[in-house]
Amino acid sequence: MIEALHDGLQQEMERDERIILLGEDVGRKGGVFKVTSGLMDQFGELRVIDAPLAESSIVGVAIGAAVNGLLPVAEIQFLDFIHPAMDQILNEAAKFRYRSAGDFGCPIVIRTPYGGGIHGALYHSQSIEAMFTHQPGMKVVAPVDAHDAKGLLSAAIHDPDPVLFLEHKRAYRDAYFSADVPDDLYSLPIGKARVVREGSDMTIVTYGYYLKECLDAVQEYSDEQQASIEVIDLRSLRPLDKETILSSVMKTGKVLIVHEANKFGGIGGEISAILAEEAFAYLDGPIMRVAGPEVPAMPYAPPLEKAFLQDKHTVRAAIEKLAAY
Amino acid sequence: MESNGNLPGRRGGVATLERPAVDLSHVELRQMYELMVLSRMLDERMVLMNRAGRAAFQISCQGHEGVTGIAFALDPARDWLVPYYRDLPAVLRFGMTPREVLMSLLAKQGEPNSNGRQMPAHYGSRRLRIVTTGSPVGTQIPQAAGVALAAKIPGEDTVVYTAIGEGGTSEGDFHEGLNWAGIYKLPVLFVVQNNHYAISVPLEKQMANQDISARAEGYGMPGISISGSDALEVYRVAREAVDRARRGDGPTLIEIKVHRFTPHSSDDDHFQYRTKDELAQDRQDDPLVVTANRLKELGALTDEHEQEMRARIRQLINEAGEEAENAPYPDPSEAFTQVYAPEGMTV
Repeated sequence: MIEALHDGLQQEMERDERIILLGEDVGRKGGVFKVTSGLMDQFGELRVIDAPLAESSIVGVAIGAAVNGLLPVAEIQFLDFIHPAMDQILNEAAKFRYRSAGDFGCPIVIRTPYGGGIHGALYHSQSIEAMFTHQPGMKVVAPVDAHDAKGLLSAAIHDPDPVLFLEHKRAYRDAYFSADVPDDLYSLPIGKARVVREGSDMTIVTYGYYLKECLDAVQEYSDEQQASIEVIDLRSLRPLDKETILSSVMKTGKVLIVHEANKFGGIGGEISAILAEEAFAYLDGPIMRVAGPEVPAMPYAPPLEKAFLQDKHTVRAAIEKLAAY
Repeated sequence: MESNGNLPGRRGGVATLERPAVDLSHVELRQMYELMVLSRMLDERMVLMNRAGRAAFQISCQGHEGVTGIAFALDPARDWLVPYYRDLPAVLRFGMTPREVLMSLLAKQGEPNSNGRQMPAHYGSRRLRIVTTGSPVGTQIPQAAGVALAAKIPGEDTVVYTAIGEGGTSEGDFHEGLNWAGIYKLPVLFVVQNNHYAISVPLEKQMANQDISARAEGYGMPGISISGSDALEVYRVAREAVDRARRGDGPTLIEIKVHRFTPHSSDDDHFQYRTKDELAQDRQDDPLVVTANRLKELGALTDEHEQEMRARIRQLINEAGEEAENAPYPDPSEAFTQVYAPEGMTV
C-alpha cells in the first residue's frame, strides 16, 4: 500500500504542477512511513515541503494555497496528532464553500495514518474518523488496500472539496493488502462502497484493516455452517454509500457493523440509525456492532493492546449471535 | 525599515520616524482620505440601521480608518486580502461597493460575501481577491501564508495582506502563520490593528510585552509599530513593506496602534469596562481629523473639497441603503445549497 500511495503521488505530481505536498518529515526523510520517499529530490523543496512541527498551520497553509490555485496534499503524521488542526479542518476547510455561497472551494487532501495494532499506544493508534464524518462539507475516505488507495488518492486530489484520507497502518506493509495495482493512474469514485463478498443470510459492513478480520471470520464460519454472508467495504465514510448498504440489508435481513473506532457516536451508530429508519421492515434481527471499547485510546502493553482490538474471533462470536435470530 | 528595537526615534512603542513626502499625488491623497471618510460614514449609517432595528448585528471600523494607508499601498489587481471584520476600508479599496456592504449588513439575496449566510463584515469575494473569512480570526494567519506560498512557487509578485486585532495574536495560529512566512520568506503583510481591547479584555491582560512588533524578531522578519492616526505615515510604512515583499524579501509584521470608538459590536456595552473620559481622550486622536489636517498642511485638501466629498458620499450611501432595504432575502431553499461542489465536478 505504501508503494501504491508513493507512485500515485509521484505520477499525479508529474502530470499536474499544481500539486504540492506538505507535512512533518515528508521531504528529506520521505515521511515516517516512506510514502513520500524521494519526492523532494524529484520535485524540489517548494513542492515537497518539510513543514514546521505545527499541524494547524500545515492545514491552514494548505487551505490558503488551495485558495490561490494549488492542489495541496497535506500529511498529518498520525491521525492522533490532528487535534491542533481541528479548527482549520472543521471550522475553515469544511465551511469555505458554504460560507462563501460557492465562491471558494477548498480542494485539499489531508493524508494521515490511523488505527492501531502496531504497538503505537495512545498517540499512534487512534481511529477518530467519526469526529470528521459528523461535519457537512467534509469528505472522509478509508481505502482498504493498495488498489483502492491509489485510485481514491487520485479522486481525492482532484475533488473540489476537502478530503480526509485515512491510511490504516496495519495495511501499509501487509502483503494481504497489496492487491493488484495498475501502473497508470486511475480514479475510484468517492462515496461508493464495494461488495467484497456476496451473500444472502447476513450483511457485514466494515472498512479499513478490519475487513481482513471480517473476511477471515466469514470464511471460517461459512465453511463450517454453509452460511452465505455478504461483506461490504465502505471505502468512503462521508459521503456514505447508503444505497449499497440498504439494498444488501433489505436482501439479507441481518446486519453486523464492524469498526476499530469506539462504538459510542461512531460510524456504526449512524449506519444503524439509517437502517432503522429506512429498512426496519426488512430486519430479521437486531442491528449489531463490533467496535472498539469505551476507553480514551489504545494502551501499549501487548496484552492491553490485544484486549482493545477486535479480531476474527470476536467478529465470529457476533456472527453466531446474530445468526441465531 | 529595520527590525524592531532599532527604530530611530522609537518612543513608547510607537515609531516616530521623520516624515518624508509620500509618492502620492494630491489627487491620490484625496482619494485615500475619501476612502476613510466613506468608511466612517458608511459605518455610522450601519450603526444607525442597527439601532433602528433593521440590522440584527453590526461590527464597526470606527477609529481604525488609518489602515486605509496600507490598503492604498496594495494593488487590487494582483494582491490578495485576507481581512478581518474591521477591515471595511480595505475591502472598499479592493472594489466592494457601499451597496454590497449594506446588502451584506442586511443579509440580502446576492450580497457578495456569503449570500446572507454569515454575519455582516465577514468578507470574501474571489472576484475582488478577498479570501472568505470566518469569525475566529486566528485561523486566517496561516491561510494568508498559504496564499502567499502559492504565489511564490511560480514566482508571481503578488503580496498578501492579512489583519487581526491584538487579541487574535494570542492564538497559536498567529505564531504558526508568522513562523511559516519567516521560514519561506513569504510575501505577506501581517497587520495587527491594536485597539487595546479584545471585546473587554485590555492589552495588559492580553500580553506581557505590549509591543507587538517585538515578536517579529522571533520570526526573522522586520516588525514595526506605528500610530494608526496618520494614514500618510501608515501608507509610507506599508509602501516599504509591500515593496520588500514584492521583491521577494519576505514578510513584515506591522502593528498599528488604533482606537476603538465603538463597543466591540452592536451587542456590547463598552462602558462596562472603559470610562467615558478614556473614550473622549481617544476621540481627540481621530484618524480622520489627523489625516485631514496632514493633507491640508500639504495643500492637498481644502474645506471645499471635504464638503463636496461628504455630500457625494451621503448621496451614495442613501441610494445604496435604499437599494439594500428593498432587496429580497435569500429564498429559504438557499440554506441547503453549496455544501459540496456539484456532483461530478473535478479540479
